[in-house]
Amino acid sequence: MTQAPQTSGLAIEATGLTKRFGEVEALRGVDLRVEPGTVLGVLGPNGAGKTTTVRILTTLMQPDQGTARVAGLDVVRDAEQLRHKIGLAGQYAAVDENLSGAENLTMVGRLYGNKRGPAKKRARELLDRFRLDEAGDRLVRTYSGGMRRRLDLAAALVAAPPVLFLDEPTTGLDPRSRLNLWETIEELVGGGTTVLLTTQYLDEADRLADNIAVIDHGTVIAEGTADQLKGRVGGDRLDVTFADPAHASTAVDVLASLSSERPVASGDTVHVVMAETHGAITRAVRALDAQGLEADDLVVRRPTLDDVFLTLTGRATDTGDGKEGDKTDDQARQEVAA
Amino acid sequence: MSRLVSDTLTMAERNIIRLPRQPDMLLGFTVQPIMFVLLFAYVFGGAIDTPGMSYIDFLIPGIIVQSIAFGGFATALGLCEDLGKGLIDRFRSLPTARASVLAGRAIADIATNTLSIVILLITGLIIGFSFQTGIGDVLAGILLLLFFGFASSFVFALIGMTASTPEAANGIGFTLIFPITFISSAFVPIESMPDVLQAVADANPVTHVVDAVRHFWLGTPAGDAIWASLVWTVALIAIFAPLAVRKYRSAAAR
Repeated sequence: MTQAPQTSGLAIEATGLTKRFGEVEALRGVDLRVEPGTVLGVLGPNGAGKTTTVRILTTLMQPDQGTARVAGLDVVRDAEQLRHKIGLAGQYAAVDENLSGAENLTMVGRLYGNKRGPAKKRARELLDRFRLDEAGDRLVRTYSGGMRRRLDLAAALVAAPPVLFLDEPTTGLDPRSRLNLWETIEELVGGGTTVLLTTQYLDEADRLADNIAVIDHGTVIAEGTADQLKGRVGGDRLDVTFADPAHASTAVDVLASLSSERPVASGDTVHVVMAETHGAITRAVRALDAQGLEADDLVVRRPTLDDVFLTLTGRATDTGDGKEGDKTDDQARQEVAA
Repeated sequence: MSRLVSDTLTMAERNIIRLPRQPDMLLGFTVQPIMFVLLFAYVFGGAIDTPGMSYIDFLIPGIIVQSIAFGGFATALGLCEDLGKGLIDRFRSLPTARASVLAGRAIADIATNTLSIVILLITGLIIGFSFQTGIGDVLAGILLLLFFGFASSFVFALIGMTASTPEAANGIGFTLIFPITFISSAFVPIESMPDVLQAVADANPVTHVVDAVRHFWLGTPAGDAIWASLVWTVALIAIFAPLAVRKYRSAAAR
């Protein structure tokens, strides 16, 4: 049976991907669509199926069921040609510690089939671009974590691939290196590269991704732009901590006016989902002061992946606190289906 | 096909240039065999009776075969490390010939084995070893050693990909190779062993290779040692190369 090549024009298109490892269903029907030149952030906790999805899309693993095309090529049937068109940077910084940065990049270039001269030249270009030119001749085992990730990303770009897969590119990096890497990725996207990025961090997806797919238990449970998702999660959070837990429970009523949802007290801290961030701190402090409640700490924070998960699935990312979990889980799926 | 050759050479080059940068690993190929030669020659040598030749002449072919049998260690440790660090994933995501990762390892092992042979022969010549045959026979012995080492690389490749950590690969390798090389004609005449061990040693491929190398270097009677060691080497490759390739595919697809 021959199938006419699809001309969807999508850079990445996955339909109904499933993968089982023994008893574990890693993927239970993953669908993804990424327009050329855009960034899809795949967001989910550990074990959600992010890495398995990336491994299938980069030809490292075959799906049990479902199909996927990347850059117009089938990930199973056209795997050989596809490997010329993709770059992969994983969560482990897959570079050889006992080679220099330049040697690593030259090796990758050679493995793409380039001659030694052009491979070396390209290695130098990439080292310059990733601010590794001075360290280029040092062994990678002397590099910092951030430098290794940059080298890893550079290795993924040796063939200037039109589609780039970044599997948790900043996990384990310090904030400064993380910010550096974000800027680098933004430059790439500016140049027209399509990127699929997996991450555990909402702020990362928020900053880099045009669209976000939230994965949990091997399926996509929500999709949309960062704003759309945040709309579901609610606004910024205000966490107020008191020395006396009794004050915290009193404060729940005092702070209720800031939110359309009732604030929640856990121990000595009150969590408020703010309806309006503007001026909220001032109003909160005035209200608490008027009641004679003395706060020890007061933090405004962006919604996190935990908040997305709490809202979409009714449970936290790692610890399955199953209170009302099932109900919210079903609601979330209905929303997605709608 | 030309891609397979060039990818294999790229991989081999990588494995070779990183070797001198791991001093502990390099010690394994250089200082450690020399230490073994000296310990055996001067600690055990006086107590071991080798009819018809000096113990040093008897020892050098044996200890070189042992060192070749261990020669795949770099492959076991390297593959185990590459799998753990995601480098195998990177290689497989590139348009690279599939067999090049293992083939590049085997080629690099040939280079390190050659280095071991040269170092051990020089050490041997210094302490009194001498060839009793012509240059042609000497080279034939070296070629046989390298061919046997090539087979050993696939055994170690399998160990490296089966073991969970490089330390575990190290343990498995030593536990396997030590008895195999000691219950052979490498260090003592087989006739001095208990009957049961003699039977094991007679069937041991290491014995055949050692006897064949002694024939090539010292002119001792070959018996069936040459063809037996060739058959064993081909058989080891025929069994372990496909097993290693299969393990590579499944291990990498984890």
